[in-house]
Amino acid sequence: MTPFDFNLTCPLPITEYPHVLMAHGSGGKLMHRLIEAVIVPAFGNPILESRHDGAILPPLTGRLAFTTDSFVVRPLFFPGGDIGKLAVCGTVNDLAMCGARPLYLSVGFILEEGLPMETFWRVVQSMRAQAAAIGVQIVTGDTKVVDRGKGDGIFINTSGVGVVADGLHIGPAHVQSGDALILSGDIGRHGMAIMAVREGLEFEGAIESDCAPLAAPVHALIDAGIRVHCLRDLTRGGLASALVEIAEASRRAIHIEERRIPVRDDVRGACEILGFDPLYVANEGRFAAFVAPEDAARAVEILRGYEPTATQIGAVADSPAGLVTLRSAIGGSRIIDMLTGEQLPRIC
Amino acid sequence: MKYIQEYRDPEMARQYAQALARITTREWTLMEVCGGQTHAIMKFGVDQLLPSGVNLLHGPGCPVCVTPLELIDKAIDIASRRDVIFTSFGDMLRVPGSAKDLLSVRAEGGDVRIVYSPMDAVKIARENPTKQVVFFAVGFETTAPANAMAVYQAAQTKVENFSLLVSHVLVPPAVEAILNSPGNRVQAFLAAGHVCAVMGYEEYIPLAAKYRVPFVVTGFEPLDILQGVYMAVKQLEEGRAEVENQYSRAVQRAGNSYAQDFIRHVFQVVPRKWRGIGEIPQSGLGLRPEYAAFDAETRFGVAAQSVPEPAECKSGLVLQGALKPTQCPAFGTRCTPEHPLGATMVSSEGACAAYYRYRRLEKAEA
Repeated sequence: MTPFDFNLTCPLPITEYPHVLMAHGSGGKLMHRLIEAVIVPAFGNPILESRHDGAILPPLTGRLAFTTDSFVVRPLFFPGGDIGKLAVCGTVNDLAMCGARPLYLSVGFILEEGLPMETFWRVVQSMRAQAAAIGVQIVTGDTKVVDRGKGDGIFINTSGVGVVADGLHIGPAHVQSGDALILSGDIGRHGMAIMAVREGLEFEGAIESDCAPLAAPVHALIDAGIRVHCLRDLTRGGLASALVEIAEASRRAIHIEERRIPVRDDVRGACEILGFDPLYVANEGRFAAFVAPEDAARAVEILRGYEPTATQIGAVADSPAGLVTLRSAIGGSRIIDMLTGEQLPRIC
Repeated sequence: MKYIQEYRDPEMARQYAQALARITTREWTLMEVCGGQTHAIMKFGVDQLLPSGVNLLHGPGCPVCVTPLELIDKAIDIASRRDVIFTSFGDMLRVPGSAKDLLSVRAEGGDVRIVYSPMDAVKIARENPTKQVVFFAVGFETTAPANAMAVYQAAQTKVENFSLLVSHVLVPPAVEAILNSPGNRVQAFLAAGHVCAVMGYEEYIPLAAKYRVPFVVTGFEPLDILQGVYMAVKQLEEGRAEVENQYSRAVQRAGNSYAQDFIRHVFQVVPRKWRGIGEIPQSGLGLRPEYAAFDAETRFGVAAQSVPEPAECKSGLVLQGALKPTQCPAFGTRCTPEHPLGATMVSSEGACAAYYRYRRLEKAEA
């Protein structure tokens, strides 16, 4: 991974324009200088440098996977990541969950007037570092500026294209009764890292987001011949919502064991204080893998090479179809459901 | 994790369940008063470990559920005003008033904010002197001390743009109302640990004596609840009706006298209407006349309008333990968390929501 050097400084003459102006999105000289000085050098590649209205990609073999995601987060920088890293990892991870090798990304920035140029530059550098580490190219993009108060610093949209190898079929429709359910690592870190910063909760050492690209562990499984039937990253809504979606889409039953689900002590503590259930807290670097039962042990071993807490947490059965059930820490059982809205802190 | 994991130990839970089965010789009906306990029972499946003779009913201890519709409408009225910053604990925001909820007010441009402490609301008032900052003071005795402290500090530091919309309720009068109700089936109570951490448990002693029912002050972790049930059943089997304290790591007999002093300094006992149940005398807290200036109802002149509940909603019976959520004809069909008929389906502590979230399979299988 390319370490990101925060000591570098923004190459724009920031003494002149230390903040983003409406003119930076106007299509005039200021916008061109922003693109030439900040964006193109960071993402530099022949396709982007052709300065065309769109990216013209070389012929690809295999089926194309195509996805898009938008990113809004406050604060823009948090322990373990920032909005730029999220924007690259999020779209790369969606491609990886299709079994695709991520190749090309587009990026759309919506900047709020008054955003410090240095902040924008740091976000762009973070995206550059992530894209380089993963091996994807950012080949086309767009920048708009909105009036002060009409945005939250930066909004980013990324879209991504990847290729799925022939013969590879990954998705809820391929989940089979008997499949092992493997979790790629401990849950709840991203959501609680953000909550801890927003609510000013202090622990011994900050909770760091798990934000990470997942293409490498996914392809390690596929390349090792693990029969992967379905993959899902555990973003908004957390593990619980992801499993409910898959149970409903596949019309299978998913059984999980609460005691097998790894949650770090600091995350569990923060959840207890705020009245949150870690099963519903967002992750940005974790996924659930449904694999053939004979391959489960090997799959866990491979995933532990990336995250030591990876483990099997459950299995798939035929009934009750469409439902996720959990065996609680003390041996009771219950249904896992999606939340109606966001998790809200409780009164007492 | 210390103080959590040891109270969720499966081996200990199994041992308690076995001990409970050994002492249970006949059918007993217990009520856990607090919605937090209902939630824990459903979440961990504590009820599934109980012997078949021990039946748990779920009590009225969900502050969101018992806040009357009129008061939610008043909150929505106040929060919709241009010069107001309306602050509340999170789970009040989704409770429907007669026309909409506070989340909709926020979407329509109202400044509605979630806070973790009423002191945060006072801080917001200090930072926004041109705005009126209102805190929705709901809850039992547990939240009353912090709300009293907020009013006291606002008065001391002359933060005059701060006020409370008060809907405080008290546990003992509600328990007595249940004991007096004609169809009462409750033979013992698990008293709410957090309420007793503030108030102590002396006020339950005359109730235990008068109605001949055991009370066990109980905590919120699965093993706490199992032990509380064990202690209550043991009393019933032995023919005792005493007040016992399972939650001794947090609760003392006299409670927290400093917190009680603050409550008494700022609040006085008043009659209060409970959603789904009706008015219970001497069952709530209101601001004392000295602090009347901080009363949002008078400051904003919001008029009380009696609003009928949907006739189909049986939440009153559920709150009194007369009906299990799954016994309601509307449960899971015409009443779901997305389209709730009553507050017991909305709040995370509400019995109907807990059943829907964790147990709706039972209805399908029944």
